[in-house]
Amino acid sequence: MSDKRQFEVKALSRVEGEGRLYVRVAGNTVEHVELNIYEPPRFFESFLRGREIREVPDITARICGICPVAYQMTACHALEKALGLTMPPEIRLLRRLLYCGEWIESHALHMHLLHAPDFLGYESGITMAADHREVVERGLRLKKIGNDLLAVLGGRAIHPINVTVGGFYRAPRHSELKTLLPELEWGLAAAVETVRLVAGFDFPAFEQPYDFVSLHHENEYPLNEGRIVSSSGLDIDVSEYESHFEERHLPQSTALHSVMLPDAKHYLVGPLARVNLCLEQLPPTARREAETCGIAWPSQNNFHSIVARGIEVVAAFEEAVQIVGQYHAEPAVSRIEFTSHAGEGCHATEAPRGLIYHRYRIGDDGLIAEAKIVPPTSQNQGQIEDDLRQFVPSVLQYDDTEATRRCEHLIRNYDPCISCATHFLTLTIDRQGE
Amino acid sequence: MSKTSDHNSTEPAKKPTIAVFKFASCDGCQLSLLDAEDELLAIAHQVEIAYFLEARTRTLAGPYDVGLVEGSITTEHDAERIREIRRQCRFLVTIGACATSGGIQALRNWADVGEFIQQIYATPQYINTLATSTAIADHVPVDFELRGCPINKDQLVELITALVIGRVPRVPNYSVCVECKRRGTVCVAVAKGISCLGPVTQAGCGAICPAFNRECFGCYGPQELVNLKSLCAHYEEQGESRDHLVRLVRNYNGYAAEFRAASDALEQQ
Repeated sequence: MSDKRQFEVKALSRVEGEGRLYVRVAGNTVEHVELNIYEPPRFFESFLRGREIREVPDITARICGICPVAYQMTACHALEKALGLTMPPEIRLLRRLLYCGEWIESHALHMHLLHAPDFLGYESGITMAADHREVVERGLRLKKIGNDLLAVLGGRAIHPINVTVGGFYRAPRHSELKTLLPELEWGLAAAVETVRLVAGFDFPAFEQPYDFVSLHHENEYPLNEGRIVSSSGLDIDVSEYESHFEERHLPQSTALHSVMLPDAKHYLVGPLARVNLCLEQLPPTARREAETCGIAWPSQNNFHSIVARGIEVVAAFEEAVQIVGQYHAEPAVSRIEFTSHAGEGCHATEAPRGLIYHRYRIGDDGLIAEAKIVPPTSQNQGQIEDDLRQFVPSVLQYDDTEATRRCEHLIRNYDPCISCATHFLTLTIDRQGE
Repeated sequence: MSKTSDHNSTEPAKKPTIAVFKFASCDGCQLSLLDAEDELLAIAHQVEIAYFLEARTRTLAGPYDVGLVEGSITTEHDAERIREIRRQCRFLVTIGACATSGGIQALRNWADVGEFIQQIYATPQYINTLATSTAIADHVPVDFELRGCPINKDQLVELITALVIGRVPRVPNYSVCVECKRRGTVCVAVAKGISCLGPVTQAGCGAICPAFNRECFGCYGPQELVNLKSLCAHYEEQGESRDHLVRLVRNYNGYAAEFRAASDALEQQ
């Protein structure tokens, strides 16, 4: 076999958005790994300038059709800080419930239809359904419950219209939420089944010295609020984010690439980071499943992310059942009125794919003067490349098709949302002969 | 267009083939196909999902019976790619506001893209983009369009069903006002004095926004034969600021001809 090889895959599939990966190896040494995100830029941060405060959650939702709530929530919190608004506890709970809906639909889709096929040897959930119909149907039903929750609270599943700075345009009616309860209870039990299924998958032994980063909240599993912590000991207020993390622009990408300062290190955000860092904050059923699933937490193997995702689906259903069960009447005030004024505010929440950060400056005219948005996938991008550098030597024994399949599997551990980061993944592995 | 491969494929291609293509977008409209949870497996049984990267790794080479196109054209490469896709698809359908009118990213069409790039990217020379974001129909002939930001998944299922059977898809062409009346929602424009685009916006969403105490902001784009200038003049008489109206009209479908003309006219007044 020749000393040098290069692999190429034209289009990475089962990810949101589009990109390309190029890998060149010499012998067992990986010479070059490049995640090339060539999704055309859409310039959200620029055209948010001059827009009204109330428009921001609607506009930023359009960054991503899979996780619009993450953008809406982060924008609302950041702008509420800029305006000095404090949310009443009822609105805080409804926002948590809304975010549960997004976690459920996003995670259920990724686990059952996009990622499980990698472990079970199928090219898609559609093909997998021929042999594992009950698994695919369970995934679709779980996803649908998440979407139904979004529709009741947000008006519709994709790009909800009911989220606004200061709360909700209209609080959900008691009757609307209560009708969801039987399905939510079914979902909790079904999600436990899925955790047990995916925990039994065969995981490549691939431990890496990851630095995990997530929000952390004393009393709850992180969704909308918390401090930013890392497994290397970082523990900061969200307002200090930009002193510790920096976005850089690399030639291969229309996405900006985040690093942790001072050493410009890569880091990992997402379900595995959250379960590792916030295990104690999981609600009881999710905690029990985490502790009995056979994986020792903290795990340094991101192939376990599918199990972490499953545990989070259980947690989201558990919370949703609780919040809906306690919802007896519409809150008297569904949104706090405000008059826009100059100010600045930043916030971070936990999108399904990991930490998301927004900062806004409001000008004297009450309109947006500056916006900064850091999505999860641009934070994971450097770590994905590092993983591939370590992983590729273990797949060189295979032909290009199989080697590529295994690399794509690794990339899907991150559930990359390239639409968010700006888009498109194609895999190129260069094994050039000398 | 990416080269397609047909490994792992042994099925005869008798069923109608569908391909899903993405341009500059958020992925939400193609996600609507996966969001048709109750119908997805049945659809996959009736039609051959031949090219749909977000959902499956296997791709079949064209030509395809139906191409669903999400997203707008913002690069030279994409302008070329859509022409190739048009050649590959017997019936080309645009799905969503980006594909039918340029989308929210068409706000760049009123701005200086060079300045945008410098605001976001430290090394602007790495960025390759056109000055405009434009609809698919500005580049190739389109056979049918589904509106919405995002599209309604029920309309997507109706579209696929109709194309499989060979009839015209039933998609409403009246305004959001009709849906509001049907739903029994009190008019937010009349009763609450909220400037609402419902009277000029094509139905299809189910008139969600007014049912949640807020204005329609036009995410299904202009209905046929609208008089948006007149509606804006009415809202101005009611005391609405012109700047607000420009922003209201200039968003997800802002570059659709009727909306564009209205916001430009407001600005020039």
